[in-house]
Amino acid sequence: MLSPLLQFTEKGIYCKRANVYIDPWKPVDYAIITHAHADHSRWGNKFYLSHHLSKPIIQHRLGQDISIESMEYGETRTINGVKFSFHPAGHIIGSAQVRVEYKGEVWVASGDYKLEDDGFCAPFEPIKCNVFITECTFGLPVFKWKPQEEVFAAINAWWRQNKADGKATVLTGYSLGKAQRILQGVDPSIGKIYTHGAIEKTNEVIRNMGVKLNDTIYVTPEIQKKEYEGSLIIAPPAALGTSWQKKFPPFEVGIASGWMNMRGPRRRQSVDRGFVLSDHADFESLNMAINATGCEKVIVTHGYTNIFSKWLNENGIDSQVESTEFEGELAEVGQGKGEKESE
Amino acid sequence: MKDFVRLFNQLDQTTKTNKKVAVLKSYFDTATDMDKLWTIAILSHRRPKRSVRTALLREWAAAEANLPLWLFEESYHIVGDLAETIALVHPNLESKNDKSLTEWIQFIIDLKPLSDEDQKEKVRWAWNQLDERERFVFNKLLTGGWRVGLSQKLMTRALAQHAEVEENTLTHRLMGDWRAETSDYHDLVEATNVADQLSKPYPFYLAYALEGEPREIGSPEEWLAERKWDGIRGQIIIRDGELFVWSRGEELVTDKFPEFQDLTEALPNGTVLDGEIIPFKNGKPLSFSTMQTRISRKNVSKAILKSAPIVMIAYDILELNGEDLREKPQVERRKLLEQLLQNHPTEKLLISELVDFSNWNDLVKERLKSRENNVEGLMLKRKDSTYKIGRKKGDWWKWKVDPLTIDAVMIYAMRGHGRRANLYTDYTFAVWDDEKLVPFAKAYSGLTDKEINRVDAFVKKNTVDKFGPVRSVKAELVFEIAFEGIAKSSRHKSGVALRFPRIHRWREDKPAAEANTMDDLNKILAEFG
Ligand SMILES: [Zn+2]
Ligand SMILES: [Zn+2]
Repeated sequence: MLSPLLQFTEKGIYCKRANVYIDPWKPVDYAIITHAHADHSRWGNKFYLSHHLSKPIIQHRLGQDISIESMEYGETRTINGVKFSFHPAGHIIGSAQVRVEYKGEVWVASGDYKLEDDGFCAPFEPIKCNVFITECTFGLPVFKWKPQEEVFAAINAWWRQNKADGKATVLTGYSLGKAQRILQGVDPSIGKIYTHGAIEKTNEVIRNMGVKLNDTIYVTPEIQKKEYEGSLIIAPPAALGTSWQKKFPPFEVGIASGWMNMRGPRRRQSVDRGFVLSDHADFESLNMAINATGCEKVIVTHGYTNIFSKWLNENGIDSQVESTEFEGELAEVGQGKGEKESE
Repeated sequence: MKDFVRLFNQLDQTTKTNKKVAVLKSYFDTATDMDKLWTIAILSHRRPKRSVRTALLREWAAAEANLPLWLFEESYHIVGDLAETIALVHPNLESKNDKSLTEWIQFIIDLKPLSDEDQKEKVRWAWNQLDERERFVFNKLLTGGWRVGLSQKLMTRALAQHAEVEENTLTHRLMGDWRAETSDYHDLVEATNVADQLSKPYPFYLAYALEGEPREIGSPEEWLAERKWDGIRGQIIIRDGELFVWSRGEELVTDKFPEFQDLTEALPNGTVLDGEIIPFKNGKPLSFSTMQTRISRKNVSKAILKSAPIVMIAYDILELNGEDLREKPQVERRKLLEQLLQNHPTEKLLISELVDFSNWNDLVKERLKSRENNVEGLMLKRKDSTYKIGRKKGDWWKWKVDPLTIDAVMIYAMRGHGRRANLYTDYTFAVWDDEKLVPFAKAYSGLTDKEINRVDAFVKKNTVDKFGPVRSVKAELVFEIAFEGIAKSSRHKSGVALRFPRIHRWREDKPAAEANTMDDLNKILAEFG
């Protein structure tokens, strides 16, 4: 029997014909990477292929000495007759869906994605395919995102209020992706914007690629307490509750994550504010994305997989679950293994 | 209702008590008297009775959101809150209505007599009028069980600031059997001579747990010691020939204890006693499980009155001849209590005997005898202390006996609700019976957030099987389970039922094979059951 074009092995999503893996979680010879988050681009592969904008970030994370090449969206690389190409996933900077084609059959491994244009990374493009591999981190109908203008209006209002109260504002999100989205989304005229070291280093890599970001100041021990008053400080979730925040004047803390949609996780974090802002697709977007591919079959990888797959099957879309070692936005609410999507 | 929803959001968004009190006060400053009254009622668990069946709400909400019922139910299970699930899945995002809190509550009360069909039409209309947060609050009013994250104490503080009434006075005014439907804001909160003060209990003084050694709280001459009885904390009130029995949860439980009716004859009017209500027969206390069966019944049958008769072990007197005694020192109140019970003997009231001791060591020994005496430990009370309000450190300490413990293997895990909706937090534990693991207890508290995250990761990686929300996991993790008591039970596979089982600590040093056995558990049962 002919093996499927892509299969799920204990190392990752595998194309046997080309002998390459997509986002492998164990070391392999040839890894095609959807995006630079740590649960999708891991240590130890002999060779990496990514989008141009992911390459410097992956090198920054995994070392300059790794063997890596990159391509533009839409460009094709053919390996043993199998054609591979990247297409925008709208998740974070450089994030791509991987289109795999052999003898007219097309599979798309979408990695992580969102449908809303965040104005910073290349927006998601639906790709026609036979089989669509999708995450469903937020694959429940309770997850419904508001337009980001609304979310940023709320964040700005909160920041302004804190400033009026003489306080600093600390907002957390992943160092790669969420941090830059926040930085570009807020109103920089309100006050100064500081960043935690992990974020500042990622910003530096991004700026060096020629991508413009709003001005930021790196939080260092030399900075006087008073200078932070009224400012916004962007930090990775892991920095909360550590000695890092000791230098700040009184401040309010917020988290920006899709999980903040639910009152339970929001209260569990014991922060002042939770803002519903995610780089993953909400329930309606997942359904829209799947419909737009015109696919015959959907493979669901991470998130509320069983529930979402059952829902698809009931709606006449053939679907199955494969387990992977990807994670959603868990580290943003203090779960996951700390590394994951953050630095 | 917009102002009430804003209040709720603000309370929900902050963890700081000062801020909570401030936002509530400023809400009271602008709200109407009726809205204030309802807000006080809601925050003191006096909502109107539920008027719509939740099974119907689930059906209607799924239909409104165009979802199959199973998907709605799965979502509900993960969110852990019906009101929130409905609010989130409903498609309407726009607020189109200006009804006040009181008007919405009246709307909900008016649903009660309607047919299912008419209720459905009204509720669907309401959902479509409200945005997500408003819909959540509306659903909470409709379904109840609402934890706002604001204690009654803080609510009282905010109201005291707003109404410029002394906080303790207000606490007393807000207690008792009033309902918003039939009360008046002015009479309840502001008026000094409220007509119906008869049933009002005093706020309970609650003891702190003594964690260290008793010598840390001072020298023994300053203290009284009593046993810590294992029953229901209660207040018995006799005023104007009427009896009222209050539980600590501020519930009027007079009907649950018909045995106390005779006290209206035995005790003078204007008497309020504080003590522990326990099942007591043939001169001895019965186990707490006897009490539990009695309380869980709706009606107190003759059979129960016979098998589990109750008494109050009185340890404090708060009012005598209508006079509030709470400012008198502990020893003086104690003397008045002793006199009262001497002059008005009744078999329904026993005095909580003092434990004799001359040094702390005597008490250390006495505490070790707690389990055989069927008590939870000792109570230490400072001789010159007044009777305070709520949980205050310093004058009353409960010094419980150390719990029983057993090392068990985790075999099942379930997702938590609410705050922990996306984590596996509820576990089932087992002990060895030869090669088999026999489940004997469920526990879902005792671990730190960090540990929970790690156990959660273990569960996700080591799932053997899934049935509904439950996962069976590889038998690998060992936990020390602490519990307060043990009893035979035919309803449990293991044959035992534990009282207050909880996770004491994670035994990362122990492999599963070295966990305790059914034999060990039976030995504890034989000794303490
Ligand atoms: Zn990602
Ligand atoms: Zn991911």
